[in-house]
Amino acid sequence: MGALLLITAKDLRLRVRDRSVFLLAIVVPFGLAAIFSLVFNGVDDQARPTFAVADEDRGQIAATFTGQVLGPLERQGVIALRTAGGEREAAAMVGRGDADAAYVVPAGFTRAVLGGHAAELRVIGNVDAPIGSFVARSVAEAFVADVRYVRVALATKGGGTPEEALRVPAPVGIEDFAAERRQLSLAEGFAAGMAVFFLFFTVQFGFSSILDERRDGTLARLLAAPVPRATIVFGKLLGGVVVGVVSMTVLMVAADLLLGAEWGNPLGVGVLLVAGVLAATGVMALVATVATTAEQAGNVQAVVAVLLGVLGGVFIPIQQIGGVFAVLSLVTPHRWFMQGLADLHGDAAPVLAVVPTLALLGFAAVTTGVALLRAGRMLRP
Amino acid sequence: MGTAGLGPLPCVPPPDQTARVPRAEILKCQNLRKTFGDLVAVDDVSFTIEAGETYGLLGPNGAGKTTTISMIAGILERDGGQVLISGRPHGTTSRWGKKQIGYVPQDLALYPDLSARENLRFFARLHGLGRAEARARIDEVLRMIGLTERAKDPVKEYSGGMKRRLNIGVGLLHRPPLLILDEPTAGVDPQSRNAILESVAALAGEGVAVLYTTHYMEEAERLCDRIGIIDLGRIRAEGTRRELVGLVGELDRISLTTGGAQAVPKELETLPEVRKAGSHEGRLEVMVEDARKSLPRVLAAATDAGVVVRAVEVHEPNLESVFLHLTGKALRD
Repeated sequence: MGALLLITAKDLRLRVRDRSVFLLAIVVPFGLAAIFSLVFNGVDDQARPTFAVADEDRGQIAATFTGQVLGPLERQGVIALRTAGGEREAAAMVGRGDADAAYVVPAGFTRAVLGGHAAELRVIGNVDAPIGSFVARSVAEAFVADVRYVRVALATKGGGTPEEALRVPAPVGIEDFAAERRQLSLAEGFAAGMAVFFLFFTVQFGFSSILDERRDGTLARLLAAPVPRATIVFGKLLGGVVVGVVSMTVLMVAADLLLGAEWGNPLGVGVLLVAGVLAATGVMALVATVATTAEQAGNVQAVVAVLLGVLGGVFIPIQQIGGVFAVLSLVTPHRWFMQGLADLHGDAAPVLAVVPTLALLGFAAVTTGVALLRAGRMLRP
Repeated sequence: MGTAGLGPLPCVPPPDQTARVPRAEILKCQNLRKTFGDLVAVDDVSFTIEAGETYGLLGPNGAGKTTTISMIAGILERDGGQVLISGRPHGTTSRWGKKQIGYVPQDLALYPDLSARENLRFFARLHGLGRAEARARIDEVLRMIGLTERAKDPVKEYSGGMKRRLNIGVGLLHRPPLLILDEPTAGVDPQSRNAILESVAALAGEGVAVLYTTHYMEEAERLCDRIGIIDLGRIRAEGTRRELVGLVGELDRISLTTGGAQAVPKELETLPEVRKAGSHEGRLEVMVEDARKSLPRVLAAATDAGVVVRAVEVHEPNLESVFLHLTGKALRD
């Protein structure tokens, strides 16, 4: 153990003297994350549409729509609501761009619905805000479908009061996990993406430094020392892990303090972070074993790190790519790390992101295991 | 045939080859063999080194010297044969054996961004020295290699000679009974080279067994008690310098400059150690078996015969001749 720590401490000292590690492990990833956050600042808010509501009916069904359908969406931050005095004002707000769409509940709406007559819920869309208009229309269609269902239920029963109509349960319950709980903000996404992307460059020095020692002649001296070869290998791996954990911790804390990122339960984030570092260390170690020189290892590792980063959704969120790439992303530690952070995000999040953490540990076990099996060929003077 | 005043490199007295007393056997190599694919790098190499003895492996680049010592140092797995350190089997996993060896690789094996003290501390601790013991020993070694004043400077700021000295110093940290030096003077200026050779001689004088590889004939002649001539992975001949030179069958030549025509005096010609004598262009040429031993009597006989000797030169057959004789090629080919 003493020799292992000696080797690790020596490697860390050399890394600290070579200041580039700070640049690669902290300055560049944090700087890029900060720049991305500034560039895309407010995009999250812009994605939340504003709807104007003109309730000219003031009846019970209109109140149900505004209070029980639109209200919760507003409270969840999905939409923003503004009140309009009437249809004309609502249309004017949409026309000015103050709202992406407007709902107009015309007078007599409640009476028509309860009387089983044709009723109309008007949606005024802004041609310059197609997404907002689409969302407004979708919400209205969902409400209309509910109304239709209630009518069918009451007709089957042979009629009923408005109170009874309200008590008819929804046919199918839907629990939505996608919107709030499992979604990182853009700032958080960029900070996490840059951190895990550069993590692969940060940890690569650990195992690869065996090749550096061979190039510099010091490997012969290490091999001649009364130290098991496994100690040399694990000492090298540990050096990479330590630098990786430190840099990731600094980046996550800095993103929290300076970019306003919220990562979730510290225990879960910590476990995920260590699992991510181990996976990155294993992948880079495995790549190093295919190289014969330190320079070759560095080049191949850089290619692999970039490729995995792109596939893993570091630069473009996987949700926006979909298809084959979404499947391919599952073979990258980056995807699982980002997924883990997303799982830990929000008030109702679990303490541990179990599946992503296990996936990362699986990456680490397989890649490190194969790297260790192949390490013997590197331990030649 | 080489030319070298009264001795090739007079700074270190030549090893006394007449009074060898058996000492503890530190290293014994038996039938070492190493192949790399189809290439047989080392083939059936055997030799022993005793405490206080300096054994030279002399051969050209690619002869198998570094491969041989890599197997001895426990760096490289051998394909055959055995290495015994003080009678105990030794290999790549032998921690005890590795503690008995101080290994100085041919290339500088130092961390340029660390200071001399940090380099020494790392390797001292790696060899199992405790903190206090390491500190004391590092101070000693720094004094020994003359780097105390520069101990805190990064090694990358050192001259080539200083790096070489530190490279050797690392190998001495744990007071090994066997020191392996792989071409330690390669690329070193003459002054540093001389200092290194003196240090090695001093270590042998303290009882350290030294295995010294070189392709410099002069170093092997100056330093080594016994020499193994290695080529194409095999030891072609082994023995003291005198024994090896004896293989060639050439005689030493003492050349006395007289300053004028001079017949060979009878007193000189009849000396028992003189095999042949002649006169040529103002010089008396005297052939003997061992010029160093015979020189005083040859000079005395010449003087007794009234010859005015203005200069003396000794020409000895050297290891270059031996190597040429054994392998059919020059040492630096």
